[in-house]
Amino acid sequence: MSQSTVQLSPEMLLEGRSISKSFGGIKVLHGIDIELRAGEVHALLGENGAGKSTLCKILCGFERPDAGELISAGSALCLRDWDPRKAERRGIVMIHQEFNLAEQLSIAENIFLGRELRRGPFLDYRTMTREAGAYLRSLNCELDPGTRVSELSVADRQMVEIARTRVGNVRVLVLDEPTAVLTGAESEVLYELIRKLAREGVAVVFISHKLDEIQRLADRVSILRDGNLVGNFAIGDLNREDMVRHMVGRDIDSLFPPVRPLPDDFVKVLEVRELQVRDAPEAVGFDLRQGEVLGFFGLVGSGRSSLLETVTGLRKPPVGSRGRITLNGREVDIPDPRSARDLGISYLTKDRAGRGLLLDQNLRMNFSLYALSRFAGALIRAKEEASAFKQAIDEFEIRCPSLEISAGKLSGGNQQKLLLAKFLAAEPRVLIVDEPTRGIDIGTRSQIYLLLDSLVQSGTTIILISSDITEIIGMCHRVAVMYRGSLAGTLDREEFSEREIMRYATGLKSRTGNSQMKQ
Amino acid sequence: MERHLKSAGPFIALLALVLAGALINDAFLSAGNLVNILARSSFIGIIAIGATFVISGGGIDLSVGAMAAFISGCMILLMNFLLGFTDSVPLIITGALLASLGIGAAAGLINGLLTTKARIEAFIVTLGTMGIYRSLVTWLADGGALTLNFTVGDLYSEVYYGRLLGLPYPVWIFLATATSGYVLLNHTVFGRHCLAVGSNDKVARYSAINVDRVRTTTFVLQGICVSIATIIYVPRLGSASGQTGILWELEAIAAVIIGGTMLRGGHGRIWGTVAGALILTLIGNILNLTDAVSNYLNGAVQGIIVIVAVLLQRGVWSSRP
Repeated sequence: MSQSTVQLSPEMLLEGRSISKSFGGIKVLHGIDIELRAGEVHALLGENGAGKSTLCKILCGFERPDAGELISAGSALCLRDWDPRKAERRGIVMIHQEFNLAEQLSIAENIFLGRELRRGPFLDYRTMTREAGAYLRSLNCELDPGTRVSELSVADRQMVEIARTRVGNVRVLVLDEPTAVLTGAESEVLYELIRKLAREGVAVVFISHKLDEIQRLADRVSILRDGNLVGNFAIGDLNREDMVRHMVGRDIDSLFPPVRPLPDDFVKVLEVRELQVRDAPEAVGFDLRQGEVLGFFGLVGSGRSSLLETVTGLRKPPVGSRGRITLNGREVDIPDPRSARDLGISYLTKDRAGRGLLLDQNLRMNFSLYALSRFAGALIRAKEEASAFKQAIDEFEIRCPSLEISAGKLSGGNQQKLLLAKFLAAEPRVLIVDEPTRGIDIGTRSQIYLLLDSLVQSGTTIILISSDITEIIGMCHRVAVMYRGSLAGTLDREEFSEREIMRYATGLKSRTGNSQMKQ
Repeated sequence: MERHLKSAGPFIALLALVLAGALINDAFLSAGNLVNILARSSFIGIIAIGATFVISGGGIDLSVGAMAAFISGCMILLMNFLLGFTDSVPLIITGALLASLGIGAAAGLINGLLTTKARIEAFIVTLGTMGIYRSLVTWLADGGALTLNFTVGDLYSEVYYGRLLGLPYPVWIFLATATSGYVLLNHTVFGRHCLAVGSNDKVARYSAINVDRVRTTTFVLQGICVSIATIIYVPRLGSASGQTGILWELEAIAAVIIGGTMLRGGHGRIWGTVAGALILTLIGNILNLTDAVSNYLNGAVQGIIVIVAVLLQRGVWSSRP
């Protein structure tokens, strides 16, 4: 309990000890220790799904840990009723990746949302505007507090989010990928602000994938991998190569079936040329070879899903752009997902709950929805549908207490298997799977890998979009790496190494001027 | 088992009302009264079949009452007009029926396209078209009423008053509409797509469903149902005015909700809707036959039934995510 008096390092503001957390039986944090000290900028680095966001949410009261303790100002916090309000009272606040502002209200109204100042029964706009202005100026931000949030740029909105924390009271500021949405110049402004807050004694935590930014900004780096703390380092003790190695460094175990060699005289199934994705910096092209698994790797937001959703007609390319898609040597037009399906190209979304399955409908309806015409003439042939459904339940080993439950009641892994069954019912020749194992337990993952392998054996060609580098390396013949909407490079299996792939994905390396994949 | 019990709710309520009616007044169970109830239910019932599609597809149509008035007005004007060209009354009536179906489908198409292509919420679109159709019929009638010529009216009234196997034609038409609706919603690709779109339109789009087309089709079906209801309504009164079909939209929606279809879409029950329409008519009928509750409280009792139905539904669905 006693606070150490002989302390060379700065004051400890918040300390997490042995923090553990599980979601639905899957452990996402394994006994993490973290120390946040006054005036220190602390970066959290790790692959997608390593547990960074969960850790931050626990620090700021948005999640409660299953085990472990939080120590603030020398005393352990009661975690049973730990929530964002209590955290905020202790000066611990989080800026989320997605902002939480009321678009139609002014900056001042947003800053005082839920704690409006009053004079008698009326709102005291004058004082709120004045104080909001003061908060903004303390951030070196010259916005007029009366401006509507809907008129602000993303960077300005972020400033409003930060100002909303009532800067003077903040001791620990946690930022979840704050520069993911900012331009270079906007990021510089934010860096300056972070340094200023640190000088004023705030402990700043930020999540980032950008290695250069971490090197420039952070004093300390904690690296997470698969929910474990790899280590906590002073920034001077690490170079970028070390960071990448710590981030990904693990053995690829027997999780993956062996990758089957392609014949030398491969056939191109799909050729995409000059395809402009909306909001992407440049047009992109790539080839898909018969029978291969082509990986698409990149960090979150690097534009992989947008690209393949554009290929499959789910997203419209910008007006006037003329991309070309050739399927088995024939140029095809794919204006909508239905055309893609009828051509034998299926895209399996990563958003299982929002775009993949009808959570409030039963399993059978979900299963047959995509390939319904297989079971229907003028009327749906109910018996045929039911028997195909039962067969799929067995074949995909979907575990459910009853066949009558709604899809929302299935576990994540079983939902994913149902989603696969749904799209495979259309018997696609080209299957595009987006993050098929995200948030899924190891057993189901291995099942899914075996399933993909058996599809490849039976002649299906697969595009695997994944943020899990071991999955890419374990499953793919080639990998296309994307960085900020462009194709940074394509690597053949012989060239695969986690570090090399990460270099492309983090923008350290690029086959410049070559956004078209080599043929 | 539990689910079957709960989806039986509207039918149990219907049965309870019939029992109550029988206990309250001996005249209730007379063939004449029962047939009257069925015939009166058929207008709202047929409109509500269409509304079941719109609502389970995630939309809402407030314009149906005004649309019914407008189609009535057009039919009467057309029939009176055609009388100047031909003496063949059956030909005149056939022409009016086809025109009615055409106008209904077109009005539904307008609602549908404004909702899907112009991306305006169905509530707003149909609130707007409701005002438009309502004032158009008032304008056509010059503020009064449009009355069908007797020559045509005499023959056409057969559609409302004529009987087949002891039941009036409207009841048969109601039954046929409901049966077709049931098959369409539960046994065809379109019906399945309709439920998917109402359940989650993003999932539907990612499942290669043409969401806009499905939504628009539900509105067209609604328009056709309104026109069918109008075809059997016109001979009953033989006139149309700005007051025709007032509040039918709310009665139709009430019938759908009482029947167990959820307002938020994704689940539709055609036979439930039929039961809902019967329940609404039964309430009025029973209040007419008893002195215990004033007939003027008809609307209040119907309102209570709607609210109770939704409360019961929440019990059914709350266990679902």
